[in-house]
Formats: sequence, structure tokens, C-alpha cells
Amino acid sequence: MSRENILAGIKKNQPENRVLPVLTGLNQSTYNPLEQFKTVLQGIGGEAIEVGNYQEIKDIIAKNYQSSDRIITTLPDFGDIAENNWQTEDPHTLENVELCIIRAHFGVAENSALWVTEDILGLRVAPFICQNLAVIIPKNEIEPTMHEAYKRIAMAEYGFGTFIAGPSKTADIEQSLVLGAHGSKSMVVFLVG
Amino acid sequence: MKHSELSVTFNKDEDRVDWHDQTLWWVRQKRDKAAFQLPEWELLRETASQIKHNVLGNLHDYLVQFEANALKNGITVHWAADADEHNRIVHNILSKHGVQKMVKSKSMLTEECHLNDYLAENGIEVIDTDLGERIVQLREEPPSHIVLPAIHLKKEDVGETFHVHLGTEKGNKDPVYLTAAAREHLREKFLTRKAALTGVNFAIAETGEFVVCTNEGNADMGAHLADVHIACMGFEKIIPKREHLGVFLRLLARSATGQPITTYSSHFKKPREGQEMHIVIVDNGRSTQLGREDFRNSLKCIRCGACMNTCPVYRRSGGHSYHNAVAGPIGSILAPNLDMSKNADLPFASTLCGSCTNVCPVKIDIHDQLYKWRQVLVKEGHADPVKKLGMQAMTFTLSHPKVYQNGGKIGRWFMKNTPFLVNNSLNPWYKQRDMPEPPKESFREWYLKNR
Amino acid sequence: MKVGLFIPCYVDQFYPQVGIASLQLLEKLGVEVGFPLNQTCCGQPMANSGFEHLTGGCNENFIDNFAGFDYIVCPSGSCTLHIKEHLHSEQYETQAGQIRKKVYELVEFITDVLKIESLPARFPHKVGVHQSCHGQRGLKLSQMSELNAPGFSKPGYLLNMVEGLELIELDRKDECCGFGGTFCVAEEAISVKMGKDRITDHTKNGAEYITGGDMSCLMHLEGILKRQNSKIKAVHIAEILNSTN
Repeated sequence: MSRENILAGIKKNQPENRVLPVLTGLNQSTYNPLEQFKTVLQGIGGEAIEVGNYQEIKDIIAKNYQSSDRIITTLPDFGDIAENNWQTEDPHTLENVELCIIRAHFGVAENSALWVTEDILGLRVAPFICQNLAVIIPKNEIEPTMHEAYKRIAMAEYGFGTFIAGPSKTADIEQSLVLGAHGSKSMVVFLVG
Repeated sequence: MKHSELSVTFNKDEDRVDWHDQTLWWVRQKRDKAAFQLPEWELLRETASQIKHNVLGNLHDYLVQFEANALKNGITVHWAADADEHNRIVHNILSKHGVQKMVKSKSMLTEECHLNDYLAENGIEVIDTDLGERIVQLREEPPSHIVLPAIHLKKEDVGETFHVHLGTEKGNKDPVYLTAAAREHLREKFLTRKAALTGVNFAIAETGEFVVCTNEGNADMGAHLADVHIACMGFEKIIPKREHLGVFLRLLARSATGQPITTYSSHFKKPREGQEMHIVIVDNGRSTQLGREDFRNSLKCIRCGACMNTCPVYRRSGGHSYHNAVAGPIGSILAPNLDMSKNADLPFASTLCGSCTNVCPVKIDIHDQLYKWRQVLVKEGHADPVKKLGMQAMTFTLSHPKVYQNGGKIGRWFMKNTPFLVNNSLNPWYKQRDMPEPPKESFREWYLKNR
Repeated sequence: MKVGLFIPCYVDQFYPQVGIASLQLLEKLGVEVGFPLNQTCCGQPMANSGFEHLTGGCNENFIDNFAGFDYIVCPSGSCTLHIKEHLHSEQYETQAGQIRKKVYELVEFITDVLKIESLPARFPHKVGVHQSCHGQRGLKLSQMSELNAPGFSKPGYLLNMVEGLELIELDRKDECCGFGGTFCVAEEAISVKMGKDRITDHTKNGAEYITGGDMSCLMHLEGILKRQNSKIKAVHIAEILNSTN
């Protein structure tokens, strides 16, 4: 009942239509997207590592994690160093994940955000509940700004998608920046190629 | 209590006011740095403002379109005319699932509706999961800022609060230590609560999805672990198309904290398998505001808080002095619409300096609206009767040159009639300021002698 | 070109030297200036308090005094802005419209209409500029810090022509001083705190004088300076630009 009243009230009170603006000229950037991505990521508490192939990533992970650490992935190529058959479990069971390795569709240079959707996350909560997050992306998949990002997403179908930019953080105590609020405490992006 | 009285209390500790002012000014400087890195910044603001204008003119159709798409996506849509209906809808959803305990991420709308109090009265525990909101919740205070809820508190205050409520070490005020304690405390809540409530930053008519932005990841932790996700939004959160997110997400975090984007910008389109997802679309006075030509632009607000950080009055009076869920300049133009007599003081809690209008990412004419609210409030009878008499006398004199000239032997009329120059020690001007010394002659007298 | 000098009421009564400096400065720059004797006030004190609907008489008096001039010049950004934005009249709306277009704040009149390139002024002191918000953000006398746009300053342009004058940099170049009309008494605590902070910014950056285009801001700052027994003085920009000492 409120629905009809609210909508009627809005219809009565809304101003005349004005046309939508065109979204052109909104990217005036001059930077190199890959370099900008790396710089910004560092600025927001993440780490960018350029690698030639997946083996290099595995070596780095092996150096930084112990065999007792629970590592999960949605990438079949990493099945040798991480679990990859957890996607149908109750999301709460990911509570003890130390590292989650995923890929992203692409990155955005201006803010180092990475676009991921449910199909590459396994479970929606995975990149949030893990203590540490590793995202893999080809070097040439960096869009300059959010405008190009949404052009690329276009009308893609997904149940859930998110831009992730660095580790979770808070500055709620006296504006002191602390990494690791509720989501991952660290984020490394492997730029491949 | 009025803003002016609450500000007096806030100003009793001048060092603390300086600290508050400098902390928020630092956030303003971070915003400047981020904004000025984009040559297209001013064009982005203008574009965002125009998109929002289009939204205001098409709200009815966009909401209907959004609802249809959300339903198609498997989301249940509810409509609430006011705060009370909003609270009842949320309560009903929780009751249906037998939920007694819920986690909630930041939602200024639920503050506006006093949802937590309502649910508490009905025996439901709500845990705010944004760190700042959790801090003020433990202290039984409202947030003092829409983006930085605990900005009025020092780390010593937080340390003490956490010591009492979370059992952290007495005297430990290290933000890293305290944040880790909160992480552990809240992780347990995320893992055990069956329902999660979030706000909505943007709802997209074209797709029926909604976007929630956080730095902490608390909205996602709550929503992705809960069986029931309830998202509450004021109806003005609607935007036409997905591509418009490009504009707003570029502006939001830069304006709010100087970050290039929030850590997480999550797009919820469908419930996950086995989950229920609800959207509550709330009016609560917004359709009235939409009909006020002078004030409807306030509905463009994307809740970035930039106007608060830049406001010289907010920085020196603190958010609580505004006695409204949304404080600062934007709160002062929204609040009178909700309750004119209770909030009649707020549009006067400004020097009309105009800084707010010029940091606003959607170019709301905030300081002009403050001026216009003053006119409305006086006409609606919310002016102090003494002030009204004074103004009438003043107007009479200033409209009649002869009266003005006769009264005006060197400041005599002024001393008597100008509110800020009344020459006695009870005048608030005189408390901390000297009066100008009356000169030998007025300019007019000099002019008559010399030209 | 005939210029009508509009002297704000509180300047007339308390700061005649500002009116005198404005008049002498304009005359020095070759302008024919008249001072209509029946002028009173722009109506802003009432309007900003929510009583704009009472300002009809004030407005008509203003129109009556100033309609005949080519330009109206006023040594106050705030009063100028009020006229520009709010001068209306049911009876004389055409004249009101013309006045709204030809009213200028003193500094912008000198930079934009007279377009002077030099000034015979000397003021050998360290000076901080307090931007009045209405002059700056309202009349755009200088670029505001909020915008991503090229910087400029009309008061700075003129002050840089003054021999011996050294402009100091402030930490916050355009923070409000807290005067705000009746705000200064209605919100006394905040108003004074804002004023004190503005003064501290000037003090720690070495100002001997604080200047600006609005005597209302300066009156507020001066009141605090005097109470603090400060050596720093508040002077209107017209006094500096007209100064030859």
C-alpha cells in the first residue's frame, strides 16, 4: 500500500525531466596504466609483483607460507599448492583460510581496483574472509579509469561482483590507517606476462 | 539543546577542539590532493550533478524499473513510507526467520529511522560492524560523522572503551592493537549471525542491482555469511545505469577520505544460493523534500561527508552538536524537512561561507539552501520573537534614511540596534572581543565637510 | 563614467577611514565619484537572519539612491554580493536588475573595470590577506581552494603593486573567520574560536597587518586582537591601496 502512495507522491513532486549528460571527456589521464596501477596499489597498502609465469608465483607463495597454512584457490593451475574443491561448502568453513588465490577479470589503473565476479570467486565470501589475498592478472589487462572499466563490464550477467582495491583497512581510530579491518590483512597482485 | 548551546560545551576544551579541527582539516587536505590529481575533476562533479538531476526528474520511473529488475533477480522489494514502517518491515523479516541477533554495516538511513532502538525494544540485538560505529555503539553514543563515526574520539577514549567492553589491556591505545581486537571480536559475530543488514550507496535502475562501498569489508563479511541480507535505502539512491557508477565511484571516496576508491565496491545483483535478499525502499519525508523546489537538490547527496570535513563550524562544534543523524552542512538542509521546529536552529549554524557547496561532488548548493531555509523557518514562525522585533525595528530604520541619519550620531543607533554591537557586557560579542571604538565622526559627516 | 560610492552602514558609523580611503583611492585613479546621502544599508543583516521578506523598503531606498549611476562601487564583498544576488523590487524591477549588474566590489572594480597596471601606494609591512568568503567564493575575487582550477587573486594582484609590501602565505588560505553576521553573537563560541584560529594562522606566519575587503570580518578579528592585546592590526585593503606613508 505504501508503494502506491510513495510512487504517487514522487510523481506529483518530481521536477521536469532533464536529459542525461554524455559520458565523454571524463578520462583525461596521461599515465601509463600498468605503472599507475603499481604506484597506486602501493599507496593503498597492496603489493604488486611482476612475474613471467605461474611457477614464479608458486615459488613466492612457497617462500611466504607454511605447509600447515590453509591455502585455497579457484584456479586449476594452482591445484598443486592449494585446495580447489571447496566451492560447494558452507562459506563459514573458510574461516581458517590463510591465503586465497584468485584471478581477476581486469584491473583499473587510477585506483588499482580489480574486478571480480562470483564465478571466479568460488564463494562470495572467499576474498573477504581469508587472512591474505593473492590476485593474478595479465599485465595487459589494466584499464585506465572506471569509465573504461564499466564499458568493459557492460551488461555482463553476475549474481555478485566487486571491485577490490588493496587490503581491508580502517582509519576509525584517530584517523590512523590500520590494514586488516575485517577483510584480508594483505593483498598481493601478481602481474603476469 | 540547540546547536549553539551544544557548541559551547564542545568548546570548553580548546585543545580538543584544535585537535578535532586539525584532524578533519587533514581529511579535507587528503580530498584536495586526490581531487586535484584528476584534470577532469570539475567536469566529473558537473556530470554527477546532471545525472542526479535526471534522477530527480525520473524518480518514479526509475524506481519502478529498479523494482521490476530486482524482483527478476530474485530480490524481495519492500516500500516504507516512514521510519516506523521501515523498522516494522525489518523486524518482520527477522521475526519470520526467528532471528534474535543481527549484524549491521553502516547505514545512515537506519540511524535516521532509529532502527537499533526499535529492534532493541523488540528484543533483537544489533551489532554495528563498522569499527567506528561499533566504538560509538559500545559507548552508547550516536555517530558524529556519516563517514567517520568516531572522529570525535581520541585513541585513549577508544582504548578505555575497549578495555571495558572487549577486555583489552588497560591503557593500551595503539590503533593497530585496538583494531586487531575489534577484528577478532567482530569476526565471531560475522560467523554466528544469521541476518545482516547493509546500507546502499547506489541502486541501479537498469539492472536491479545495488552497490555497497566499504573499506573494512564488513558489509561483505556480514552479507555473504548470513542467510538473510536486508539492504535499506532512501529512494534517492537510485541511478539510471550501471555505467554511471563510473562517475560516482570516482567521486565518492576521493571526496570522502581522499582515497582513489573504497577497498570494496560490491555489486549485489542476486541472492546467493539458499540466501534471501531484501531491499527496503524508504521515503520518510523525501517525497516532500522532492516537492520543495529550493531544497530538492539536497536529495542528490551521496553521503561522502566532504561538506563536514571542510565546514569550519562543524570542525569546531563536532557532529553531536547538530542533534541529527546526519550532521554538518548537509544535515542542516536535510533536518528541517524531517522536523522543522526541532531543527530550526541548524540552518543558522553556519556562516554561509560556501566551502561546502564547492567541495560537494554532486554540486548541491548547500549554502544557498541554508539561506533559503532561514527564510522558510522565519516565515513558518520559528524565529525567536525578540529577534523578530529587533529585525522589524532595524528594517524600519534602514528603510527610512531620515530616521537612520537622526539616530546616527556616531554609532549611537548602531550600538542600540545592531544585534552584535549592543554595547553592554551581556552582549555575547563582548565576551571574548572588544568593541570597535566609535570614531569622532561618521563617513557621512566627513563627506559633508570635505566634498 | 559616474560612480556611486556605496558605503556599508557599519563602515559609515564605525570605520569612516575606510570610506575616506575608498573615495580618495577612486578619485586618485581618475574616477568621478558621488556619494548619495540617503543610502542606508543593503539589507543583508535582516536577510541572512531569515527576514529577507522585510527588506523591501531597504531595497527601494537602495534603488532610489543608486539607479542613476554607471557603476556602484562598494568596499565590501559581502554587501556587494547581497545586492548582486538579492536586490529585487516589485515596483522597480528593471532598475533593480540593472543595479545587480553594475554593482562592483572595490577591488574588482579596480582590476576589472579600471584595469590599472600600477598604483602609487607604499606600505612597507608584512601583510596577510583574509579572504572574505562572500568576496572570494561569492564574487570570485580569488580562486577558492576547493576547486581544481587555475589560481588567481584580484586583491593579491593589487597588493603586489604596493611598494614595500610583503604578502605572507597562510596555512589555510581561505578559511572563514567566523563573523557570519548574526552568527557572531548567536554562535558566539564557534565564532570566536574561528576568529582566534584565523588570527593564529596570520601570527605564526609573521603578519604585521591583516587586511581584506570586508570590514565586518576585520571588525570581528580586530575585536579579538584587541582583547588579546596583540600588536597585529586589522586594516581594510582600501587603506593600504590608498596609503603613501
